[in-house]
Amino acid sequence: MTQEERQNFFKGMAFLAPWLFGFAVFTAIPICLSCYYSFCDFSLTVPRRAPLWIGMDNYRQLMHDSLFWKSLGNTVYYVAMALPAGMLVSLGLALLLNAKIRGQAIYRAIIFLPSLIPAIASAMVWMWMYNTQYGLLNYLLGKVGLPPVAWLGEKGAMPSLALMSVWGVGNTVIIYLAGLQDVPRELLEAAEIDGAGAMRRLFSVTLPFLTPVIFFNLVMGIIGAFSILTVPYIMTQGGPNNATYFFTFFNYDEAFKFLHMGYASAIAWIQLVITLALTGIAFWSAKKWVHYG
Amino acid sequence: MTAKPKIGRIRNPWNALAIHAGLICICVGYLLPFLWMASTSLKTLEKTGEIPPRFIPHPWQPQNYVKIFTHPTFHAVLFTRNTIVIAILTVAGTTLSSAIVAYGFARIQFRGRGILFGIMLATIMIPFPVTMVPLFTIFRRLGDLTGMAWLGTFKPLWVPAWFGSAFSIFLLRQFFLTIPKDLSEAARIDGCGELGILFRVVLPLARPALAVVALFSFMVVWNDFLAPLVYLQRPEQFTLALGLDNFQSAVGGTPWHLLMAASVLVILPVVALFFLAQRTFIEGITTTGIKG
Repeated sequence: MTQEERQNFFKGMAFLAPWLFGFAVFTAIPICLSCYYSFCDFSLTVPRRAPLWIGMDNYRQLMHDSLFWKSLGNTVYYVAMALPAGMLVSLGLALLLNAKIRGQAIYRAIIFLPSLIPAIASAMVWMWMYNTQYGLLNYLLGKVGLPPVAWLGEKGAMPSLALMSVWGVGNTVIIYLAGLQDVPRELLEAAEIDGAGAMRRLFSVTLPFLTPVIFFNLVMGIIGAFSILTVPYIMTQGGPNNATYFFTFFNYDEAFKFLHMGYASAIAWIQLVITLALTGIAFWSAKKWVHYG
Repeated sequence: MTAKPKIGRIRNPWNALAIHAGLICICVGYLLPFLWMASTSLKTLEKTGEIPPRFIPHPWQPQNYVKIFTHPTFHAVLFTRNTIVIAILTVAGTTLSSAIVAYGFARIQFRGRGILFGIMLATIMIPFPVTMVPLFTIFRRLGDLTGMAWLGTFKPLWVPAWFGSAFSIFLLRQFFLTIPKDLSEAARIDGCGELGILFRVVLPLARPALAVVALFSFMVVWNDFLAPLVYLQRPEQFTLALGLDNFQSAVGGTPWHLLMAASVLVILPVVALFFLAQRTFIEGITTTGIKG
């Protein structure tokens, strides 16, 4: 390193210092600690006891824990519903909101709004909408001659949560909309002159240009859907009969209800590995379908 | 001048009509929960269970909004105050520290910058549930080391904000990169150091980006539920979100008129901010979502 390089290095480090410290204390160390705890018997007890190394025992015990499999299955079921639904609905909405018609500013604002409001408030109002007896949704179903649905019952709760998540896709819609502005006009024009219909233009021009945005939303969607906790925590408390008991819920309960920090850390690590693996698969597959223009 | 693009314009008026119809139906669906919330919040208890339900409350009871302020389990004033205290400390910390770090990433050439930037972006993808257990033990340990309690106080909620947030650093860096270097060079010749350039040249020009960062970090605090749930213990420290959940579990699912009035109270600032700063929101989401 030359004198100047060294000087710049120290200058750079000085500016980065807050983040470097924060990263170490609030991200890197917690992740390492979490890994260590996951191999320990560690309970928050009074008087305090240090974590006791027990090797793979937590993981072994997890394999025989029916709640582990139940919560994992529930989470996968939810992701399999909410992720594709959210991706399709937000893309469809973005295409509609991109049409050159009057009043789009109002439509866009309305569709964006639900994504802003606190989870606690949306959970509250949807509980009320989903109420079996007095809820608005069952009333509307009755209007069109359908029988009432137990929206938050054992069968219905999971699709109901996915439906709610579709209500909150506003910021994904905005990201798609911004992406749509970057699709070159000349290409769309050329395609039209060549006789391509609206559908053809969508699939052959617009969507290929949008693939980097679709990819971004896919990755964020995987991570978001896997870490869902607030809404079911408030609305269903994991029930009925553990039907909405998510992986994160299992983690939370073990940690803060039963104070089994070691066991909870093992759960957190499995979540991290699954999320990373899925993100990895997404990145790997990106080579085949994402076009960077 | 370029000719007005023909593409995208909808020539068939029936198509435009169909899109309008579709969007209106969807928007009604998206607004329905808000309308239902507002309507219920103005009803009497008996009328919340009325079948068929009515959208226009009759008789209407705006006193519900007074009731939630005096309700024994929902301390609206206190919860609002707590949330605002945490929000101010978080917004100030995030904005200041992220601006400093972003300046380092945007304007200083040094070895390892690319790798560190990549690591920083990757941290956005770590979900809170993964780190919540070790963070809890770290704050407990910090309590031992500093000789004062961290758990059960606001500190775990706002102190980390003073060490930069990856999202805000990224957003500010993108903005700083667009500020012409000549300006900082001129200041340098006038004898400004890096900090002087940051505070006298870059930050005044970056006001729109700072607004985005401040707005988003405010929204994160206002909407956060999990972190306060994990770290706060006594009801007098609760934030609005936590207080509302506590209220709901205390009274059970019957006084829907009060629960909805409290929910309106929680979403009102967010909705107001949205209408005041719509463009700022959209800019923030698109910069971080697209130009990444």
